[in-house]
Amino acid sequence: MSMLVLIGLLLVGGVMAWLAERIAVNLSRWVSLATVTVSLLYLLGIISGLPEGSLQLTPDPGDGSSWLLYLHIDWIERFGIALEMAMDGLSLLLVVLTLLLGLVAIASSWSEIEFKQGLFQANLLWTLAGVCGVFLAMDLFLFFLFWEVMLIPMYLLIAIWGHEKREYAAMKFFIFTQVSGLLMLLAIVMLAWHGQKVNGHLSFSYFDLLGLPLQGRSGWIMMLGFFIAFTVKLPSFPFHTWLPDAHTQAPTAGSVLLAGILLKTGAYGLLRFCIPLFPDLSAQFAPVAMGLGAAGVIYGAVLAFAQTDFKRLVAYSSVSHMGFVLLGLYAWNNLALQGAIMQMVAHGVSTAALFMMAGALQQRLHTRDMRRMGGLWHQAPRMGACAMFFAVASLGLPGLGNFVAEFLVLAGLFAVQPWLTAIAALGLITAAVYSLWMIQQTFQGKPDEQRSMSDFGSREMFAMTAMMIALVALGVYPQPVLDLAQPVLDGLHGLVQDSMLVAQVRP
Amino acid sequence: MSPADFTALLPLLVLAGTATVLMLQVAFLRSVNVTAGLAALGLAVAALSCITAASQAPLQVTPLLQVDHLALLFCAVFCLAGAVTVLLSLDYIQCHGDEPEEYFLLLVLSTMGACILASASHLASLLLGLELLSVALYALIAYPNKSILPLEAASKYLVLSGAASATILFGFALLYAASGTLSFSELGLRLATLDGADPILLVGSAMVFAGLAFKLSAVPFHLWTPDVYSGAPAPITGFLASVGKAAVLLVMLRLFLEADLLRYRILIELTGLMAIFSMLAGNLLALLQSNIKRMLAYSSIAHIGYLLIIFMVSLDLGSRTLAIEAAAFYLVAYTVTTIAAFGLLTVISANQAERENVELHHVNGLFWHSPLLAGLFLVSLLSLAGIPLTAGFIGKFYIFNAAVSGHNWILLGALIVGSAIGIYYYLRVVYHLSRRPEKHHTQPKAAGGWLTRGLACALILGILLLGMLPQPLMSYLQSIL
Repeated sequence: MSMLVLIGLLLVGGVMAWLAERIAVNLSRWVSLATVTVSLLYLLGIISGLPEGSLQLTPDPGDGSSWLLYLHIDWIERFGIALEMAMDGLSLLLVVLTLLLGLVAIASSWSEIEFKQGLFQANLLWTLAGVCGVFLAMDLFLFFLFWEVMLIPMYLLIAIWGHEKREYAAMKFFIFTQVSGLLMLLAIVMLAWHGQKVNGHLSFSYFDLLGLPLQGRSGWIMMLGFFIAFTVKLPSFPFHTWLPDAHTQAPTAGSVLLAGILLKTGAYGLLRFCIPLFPDLSAQFAPVAMGLGAAGVIYGAVLAFAQTDFKRLVAYSSVSHMGFVLLGLYAWNNLALQGAIMQMVAHGVSTAALFMMAGALQQRLHTRDMRRMGGLWHQAPRMGACAMFFAVASLGLPGLGNFVAEFLVLAGLFAVQPWLTAIAALGLITAAVYSLWMIQQTFQGKPDEQRSMSDFGSREMFAMTAMMIALVALGVYPQPVLDLAQPVLDGLHGLVQDSMLVAQVRP
Repeated sequence: MSPADFTALLPLLVLAGTATVLMLQVAFLRSVNVTAGLAALGLAVAALSCITAASQAPLQVTPLLQVDHLALLFCAVFCLAGAVTVLLSLDYIQCHGDEPEEYFLLLVLSTMGACILASASHLASLLLGLELLSVALYALIAYPNKSILPLEAASKYLVLSGAASATILFGFALLYAASGTLSFSELGLRLATLDGADPILLVGSAMVFAGLAFKLSAVPFHLWTPDVYSGAPAPITGFLASVGKAAVLLVMLRLFLEADLLRYRILIELTGLMAIFSMLAGNLLALLQSNIKRMLAYSSIAHIGYLLIIFMVSLDLGSRTLAIEAAAFYLVAYTVTTIAAFGLLTVISANQAERENVELHHVNGLFWHSPLLAGLFLVSLLSLAGIPLTAGFIGKFYIFNAAVSGHNWILLGALIVGSAIGIYYYLRVVYHLSRRPEKHHTQPKAAGGWLTRGLACALILGILLLGMLPQPLMSYLQSIL
């Protein structure tokens, strides 16, 4: 029940933020801040109320009642659909990340939005609610529902408050995800009817559909339906083309949410659904998936280097970084999986910070074109320092979270695909090239004397500092995150055969 | 006829009574409000009387009508849809001045035709219902007779629909010539004993099928749809697109199942082909429209395409019940959504000079100056597009399930491609709704009193309820099939 309350809180908070606008224009952002804070505290309250040591227990992936939280209410009996939600360490990690980045998004749009602020905050909160639903739903129908419904507030965020090409970007974003979503719906329905043949009753529950014998053409169609839906969202080469447009045109808070958490729903889907539901087919498909991942790493990096638009550069760097996630997931051993999960968290934080930086620059300079920047460090040293920090975090400087993530992925991958590892490792070099180039273009060089711009204020510095601390903590002491995910991975290894070489190695 | 027969026919009797009362009332006292009130009341009572009639169902009343639960369910839906159309038209028709009372009479008659179609079990009652529905619609479409567009639409519909009726009639004649019966079930029996390959029977069935497909506006019989939809008064377009289509599809389903036309595999494969073409052509052509009514017309062609899938699914005996259930649910969802969408168009376009045309730019920024209407319109568009939490999604989900269980992969592929294209043009309207208002541009305020607004809210609530809690209707459908 508590999971429904969590989602309900965000939904009701959204409505309240919308209505608050009528009382006072700026009240809605306070309502929205309060809503996310209360939700976060509520979640932490539930977790601290769990029995001692339950976070270390290995959940049985085939039985939701052994998870941290579990909810089952019959909904549409005709098709065996239930409001079934469950939370394990992985979902917990991602929901916490979602709420934290929600706070960042609210902070980043604090003074940016003037038009219909109430509705803006409402859409922000509804997106968060949808994403939390995606991370918690265990009935495939319910999962699909959240998957689709979270798009609508996001679409509105881009279409109403976006930049100059918002119509095109919003439409492209919606159509890409929606079409791939329809393929997933087809796969879900096929899977459920296949399950009906095997189990004797129609059910859309994840726990009923695990471990079905799937082969042949229909098995491949189903697996690819899921795979395409998730890799479009991830996004992986060659389905990434919606991402640069959507990220660039979205308002700052929208970009933060898109890059920080919406992309993670794709990775989560692969890890939770695509691979465990189709273990054998995924193993056969793994080389292709890893090939796509490695291609994404290099291709994203090369394209990032070619950009002159600050936000577009960061957007392409996301393509490159999410390639590591795809590599880690399909390498399917403990090291690589931990790396992939770590990357989801670290990339969420570092990219959110970079988008916030881009938003701050645009608000001050009214441009995202890096050719018209340069020497900003002189005018805004605090901004320069922050940008430098997050740029080196994103290029994978040891001591910060992203390095741990990419190192683990590469270490795990080496046992499976040494050549692909070598190619993917090139991504670390290219990342250094475009990140440092970005800093050179914007903050270094000769300052424009005509220009005057204000530096970060205390609100922005607070958000930035919090994210810096998070990245440093992830970099020097990543063990708590790894410990949280480890029981989940232990459970999954029971379902899907591990690659033998590094099976026992734990980070 | 026994008392039970009369009870079973109660909805039709009430409708006939309402029509008579309206005629008399108009003769003695001309008052739009009284006529509309009586019409809405009569339709609502007819809908309620379906509950009483259900106690006798299923019952064969005379050889002409088969009153079963499915028929009564749709009688109730059609009567309610008629009542809503009456109320939505009230504001619209008053602007057109002279003597609008007969409009409501025609609407009641048209609804009655749809109800007869829903319970028809004989080719004669099929024709009766079809003509009652269509003839009343010709007049309704042309009702605002001071403008050109409605007249053009009505004459187009009259000529083409008349040709379709003639085709159907000739098909009946051929069927009768070869089998000697007009009743659905006996036709089925005769077909089983006669040699199924008799060309006269096949040609007859094909002609009936073609005529019905015309009324459904399935590709390639769709050419009349956009002109008629855009020319007709918006509430009537809604009625035509929802009740007019649903009744015909229902009777077609009944004819195919009871007369066992499913034995003609080639005919069913033709429906499959039509389904594919309707889904693709309807959606592709809708992309090119800037007039919202024309866009919805093409989208209705696509929706008929989605529905035609179930004929192919019915070929598989194991999935037949699921297919009928899916069709019934989809029709209910589609009726509610379409009535809501056109009803909102009526309200939104109230102050436009040419009310029959609603262009995309007319709804620019509607979100900001009438958020309630825009929000409701958004929900109905999302339901048409098949986004979760709306009735339209559950309908589409049903058809997905039916098609998967019947292994119709090609149709599923077309369904996915069609829906994918569909998203674009529905979203385009949403984008226009949410555009920021331009400073110098003053928007006409959307009209509609509390009655229309209340109705719109109720319809949207219906869409959301069907989308979020579909189980009661599903259980009911399962229990009656």
